[in-house]
Amino acid sequence: MNKMLKAFGIVLGMSAALAGVAQAAPTEVRIGVALEPPMLDPTAGAAEAIDIVVYQNIFEGLTRIDQNGAVQPGLAESWTISDDGLTYTFKLHDGVTFHDGTTFDADDVKFTFDRILGENSVNAHKEFYTPIKSITVVDPLTVTMTLDHVIGRFLFDLGRGDAVIVAPESADNNANEPIGTGPFAFVQWDKGSRVVLEAYGPYWGEPVHLTKATYVFISDTATVTNALLAGDIDGTNNFAAEALAVFEGNPQFKVLVGTTEGETILATNNRKAPFDNLKVRQAMAHAIDRKAIIDGATYGYGVPIGAPFAPHNPYYVDLTNTYPFDIAAAKALLTEAGYPDGFAATLKLPPVAYARLSGQIIASQFAAIGIKLSLVNVEWAQWLEDVYTNKDFDLTIVSHVEPFDIGNYANPDYYFGYDNKQFQALIETLNGTTDEAKRKELAIEAQTILANDAVNGYLFELAQTGVWNAKLTGMWQNSPIEGLVLRDIAWTE
Amino acid sequence: MRRLLSHPSLAIGLIATLAFALLGLLSLVWTPFPITEIDIGRRFLGPTAAHWLGTDNLGRDMVSLLMSGTLTSFTVALLAVAIGVGIGVPLGLAAVAWGGWVEWLVLRLSDFVFAFPAVIVAILITTLVGPGAVNAIVAIGIFNIPVFARVARGGALSIATLDFVAAAQLAGLGNARIALRHLLPNIMSLIIVQGTIQMSLGILSEAGLSYIGLGTQPPETSLGLMLRDAQSLFLLHPLLTIIPGLCIVAIVIALNIAGDGLRDAIDPRLRQGNRNVLA
Repeated sequence: MNKMLKAFGIVLGMSAALAGVAQAAPTEVRIGVALEPPMLDPTAGAAEAIDIVVYQNIFEGLTRIDQNGAVQPGLAESWTISDDGLTYTFKLHDGVTFHDGTTFDADDVKFTFDRILGENSVNAHKEFYTPIKSITVVDPLTVTMTLDHVIGRFLFDLGRGDAVIVAPESADNNANEPIGTGPFAFVQWDKGSRVVLEAYGPYWGEPVHLTKATYVFISDTATVTNALLAGDIDGTNNFAAEALAVFEGNPQFKVLVGTTEGETILATNNRKAPFDNLKVRQAMAHAIDRKAIIDGATYGYGVPIGAPFAPHNPYYVDLTNTYPFDIAAAKALLTEAGYPDGFAATLKLPPVAYARLSGQIIASQFAAIGIKLSLVNVEWAQWLEDVYTNKDFDLTIVSHVEPFDIGNYANPDYYFGYDNKQFQALIETLNGTTDEAKRKELAIEAQTILANDAVNGYLFELAQTGVWNAKLTGMWQNSPIEGLVLRDIAWTE
Repeated sequence: MRRLLSHPSLAIGLIATLAFALLGLLSLVWTPFPITEIDIGRRFLGPTAAHWLGTDNLGRDMVSLLMSGTLTSFTVALLAVAIGVGIGVPLGLAAVAWGGWVEWLVLRLSDFVFAFPAVIVAILITTLVGPGAVNAIVAIGIFNIPVFARVARGGALSIATLDFVAAAQLAGLGNARIALRHLLPNIMSLIIVQGTIQMSLGILSEAGLSYIGLGTQPPETSLGLMLRDAQSLFLLHPLLTIIPGLCIVAIVIALNIAGDGLRDAIDPRLRQGNRNVLA
């Protein structure tokens, strides 16, 4: 028996030594992400999963957003803005090539924005760029854009995944074979399994540390846990909060808890009775116990919100007490609205833990005021089809992960169907304002209107809870924009 | 009846099954705590005096959830067996009584349905009408139909060659009446045995479907759903997985023992026991 144990020990030692050799200079990283993107063209879809893989890795825009949410030069090395704030002149980087070898120049910039604004554009956020009146190619490395009104966040908007620069030669194939100018080139996509990227040798910017990055798609928490423990993946950007305790205190891993731009809401179909009634929405707001939801669904990692606005944003105002948790007030409002006994409705839940858990908790909370929710679990494809596109839903729970996406509420055709002319005018004024103090004032007014109107149930700001191998550095702790940027990630010894 | 219970395995199996069924039925009128009562403050309690098996990730009492989950699992499995018996047995009997193209049709239909596992049928139904316990029942039920059709046909074939069937035919009885009066009573034992086995398979299928999210939907609960909810917490709170898992195992074993015991007690061909080389 002893001999056997010894032999076993030797084998163990050998395998440890072998593993040591293999780990000598790792330059590859395997990252687990929950959702597989439907396709890989960030200019043609709203799914965050696309940006997670490609944003700033394969594709770059004229500007880029850094991990603090600030605008940095991207493909444009510098720019000047005319005094009236309407004309932007961009000086482009020299010597930039796309991954297929074609050269990047001002014509590609013009092509990209013509494509976004074109008739057949499928860009998810065309509205950010519609104020661009004209784009002029001055010379191959200079391009000017003229706006028809001032946009306060134009440089930020240029840094979004929606505005990355694509080439006319390859744009049509980007959905399956993305070709950009970024530090990583697309290698292959094994559908249902992974996407492989490799460092692009002739990259124009600062060289990256990794030679290869693999995104592995695993949606199941237990599987991600095992993959991390077994070393099959080196980290994940967003691990389920419920099982985070497994890795806290384990020296082989580090847990990065940060903020995201994900406002999690109980999205309410404002077009549909009884939700078109303000009193009903107010009653629902009163019936929501945010603390229980945050503890139950995010294990305390979420931050309560009272309006669809990120708490770390400088324009944020705390409106969580607009409709405090108050069953009696909720019941009174329901009675006033003509539903003394409540009503029945469906709650469609996409396949993410925060939604499924919040859904059960909200159903239990709403039962207290007589609103009987039947929970319908749907897959993402079905959610996008039924809820987002066809607007066929009563209630749903989802996180809106785009930065400063309060403007969605000014779009009456948006899936939750909020149509308030006063708010739409306000957002237009806000977008056209550059003065910081004035912008803040307007943003606070906008948040207050949305909070008072109880358009949706505002639940919490999603936290980013990354779990990474302790030897990896350079991951973004916070997520000021959708993406998982590989640029700074490196192994340390 | 006394003869039935003299088989110890049968007695154990039946009593255990009955105990689980009663526990489930009890949940209709009483559970220690209401299962829809979510109280985050008391989640992940270990076994305590108030919560004998602790509480789950939403602070619900595990005993109450188990009782309710057992009821769902039994109901789904029982109704699925009922669908199988209700459609499968008449088809099997008709195949024997009429023979010819009827028999051919029944057998080919059985082959066709057998080609689709219950999970595939469930996914199909879910895609068409959405997930839910009722759809799980239908999916498992459809899968049960050919099983019972074959058992009924097999049993009835051996009965149909006997003299009293020929006598009934000579007396001018129609095929339907022969099937009903002479074939069905003689294959009842086979169907009961098969029903018990299909019950245990049904409980496993329900657990499987709920586990992949196609069966019972929250806030209703079932044993499979409890497993699904608990699996990501396995390393932190193993009891939440182990308890419903053991419960499924215990019910399935109880049903299987009962089924085997029933077969031993009812089927005369097996009564010779170990001395029979064919057994």
